[in-house]
Amino acid sequence: MTAVSRGRSGVSAADLRRLFRDRPIIPLVALLAGLVVLSEIARPGIVSPEWAGVILRTAVPLAILAGCQTLTMLTAGIDLSVGAVASMTGFLVATLVGNVGLGPAIAIALAAAALAGVVTGVGVGIFRVHPLIMTLGMSLVVLGLANVWQLQMVQTGAGVPAEFRTLGSGTQVGVVPNSLLVFVPLAILILVGLRRTGFGRLLYALGDNPVAARLAGARGWQVLIVLYVISALLAAVAGFLISGLTNTASVTLADSYVLPSVAAAVIGGTSILGGRGGYGGTIVGALILTVVTSLLSSLGYPEAVRQILFGAIIVLVAAAYTRVTGEG
Amino acid sequence: MTAAAAARRSSAGDFIAGWAQRNAWTLSLIGFFVLLLLFTRMIQPSYGVTGVQGLAISVLPLALAAVAQAIVVISGGIDLSIGSMMALTSVVSATLMKDQSGEFGVIVVLAVLGLGLVLGAVNGALVVLTRVPDIVVTLAMSFVWAGCALLVLRTPGGGSADWLRELILGSIGNEWIPRAAVALVVVVAVIWLPLRRSVLGLSLYAIGSDRLAAFRSGIPVGRTKIAAYTITGLFSALAGLSLTASTGIGTPVPGPYTLQSVAAVVLGGVSLAGGRGGVFGPLVAVVILQLIRTDMTFLKVNTNFATVAQGIILVGVVMVGSLIQIRRSRS
Repeated sequence: MTAVSRGRSGVSAADLRRLFRDRPIIPLVALLAGLVVLSEIARPGIVSPEWAGVILRTAVPLAILAGCQTLTMLTAGIDLSVGAVASMTGFLVATLVGNVGLGPAIAIALAAAALAGVVTGVGVGIFRVHPLIMTLGMSLVVLGLANVWQLQMVQTGAGVPAEFRTLGSGTQVGVVPNSLLVFVPLAILILVGLRRTGFGRLLYALGDNPVAARLAGARGWQVLIVLYVISALLAAVAGFLISGLTNTASVTLADSYVLPSVAAAVIGGTSILGGRGGYGGTIVGALILTVVTSLLSSLGYPEAVRQILFGAIIVLVAAAYTRVTGEG
Repeated sequence: MTAAAAARRSSAGDFIAGWAQRNAWTLSLIGFFVLLLLFTRMIQPSYGVTGVQGLAISVLPLALAAVAQAIVVISGGIDLSIGSMMALTSVVSATLMKDQSGEFGVIVVLAVLGLGLVLGAVNGALVVLTRVPDIVVTLAMSFVWAGCALLVLRTPGGGSADWLRELILGSIGNEWIPRAAVALVVVVAVIWLPLRRSVLGLSLYAIGSDRLAAFRSGIPVGRTKIAAYTITGLFSALAGLSLTASTGIGTPVPGPYTLQSVAAVVLGGVSLAGGRGGVFGPLVAVVILQLIRTDMTFLKVNTNFATVAQGIILVGVVMVGSLIQIRRSRS
């Protein structure tokens, strides 16, 4: 009797909690919609198809890099080398394209990224180095080698290929960004891969309980090596798009994306402790961060306010997740 | 009589042996450092007083950042906002001290140290109250503190009191003893050594090595954690002041100190899992990393390979460490 009445009185709150826990994407989309409405109120007339196009175009590279964080965070890891890898691949293509053509240049850049991913994966999977340390070390190695390459290439000069510029910053009929051509297939691949494939389930299993996963016959080290290669390849694609978006080739181009990419995944409901989360929330998280940035800059707030607000959002959202899931 | 003396001597020997065993990693780091100094001297015979002084000044900010990181890592956390706290404390001190008297500078330094304590306490309180993983909270706070630094000072500027600059420039007594090194050792020793012997110090190690066991032994886990972050904030403020002192201005953009401090802590023998290590290992590790960089310029190696080397050393040391651990757990 008491149990029933307690259940009835707390039914709406409990439902909300369950909703937030099982389908975090619904409150996140509501938050995103609220921010869009806020943008319209703050600057009437700003929300237009063109505005949406600009937001999407800016959010795509961040969403891809946040995908790297989502996948690695599911296994209780993190990939801090995405910035270095993305910058390196964009820079490699820009310096190579004049000599060897676009196709081979992209192939070389992807191979370099995959190599970095293999090394990271071996370190994390076989030598059991903490992912934070391993990817941190890897980013130093990649950055240093990219700098060496830069000195070699001083005479050649660098130019972002026109194809990347079209892909990264061009639009169809002035609205739909071309980068969606790359992003939509990638996003579907990640979403379906996490939900429907054995590999996706292995990622969740490893993050949830590595010992149980091993006893169930999962070879953790193989999964981790493949995971970090995928992460590096995703970072490479993001690097191509960022170099096209900004039309610059620099070895530190994507560094400023690293912490926001972690932030987008955290806001999207992926737990840094592993085993919980998904890519849908991450995409919304990247959109939220991009809309906040655009809103603040349209209101003329300095960069400082954006950073403070970013930090506050991350803490608040993460605290809300911790509360409803009872982790921690 | 002689037997008793022998026994006493052997117990002293045991004590030294035990001490050496406990500090084996730090001692071997120091050994490596000495070898590296000799090597430097060999490849560059002119490396002398100025070289040592330059080394001491250039490592000072990172060394203090590494101590800050070491304390929070020992207690089982990690602080990714150290670089931002350094930027904030540095710009605050540089803005307040510009064109002011030396006496006012003393007040500023004390106030900035207080600010560091507050920043750290906020970090710690958020970690404890929200129960969000340390790495997420401090990552978020790194945005917040960096934003605050930009609000204080949009572009690099400000100034430093003369006495603060003189505190780390030049040498003291013998010309081979740079003031920066003395300042570093004195500051760290004055704060860390009493702390380590205190109940709080023991509690830091306890909650780092086993939270639950610490809780069951009656240690206030939450309060100790906040204390750890507060002390980390204090050392970050010291690192920020050293930035102001060594450059003469404040820069609102955080340097690479956060991630480098994590690297130094790992190389210095502090376990990222918490509860193991000290602050002197990371100090020596910072000096070694800087000296390797210097050596590479002497050898006319492309300095970018120094970055590569730093990454490889970092990963290599951790790999060897975990291999040893895997071996041990198997046997």
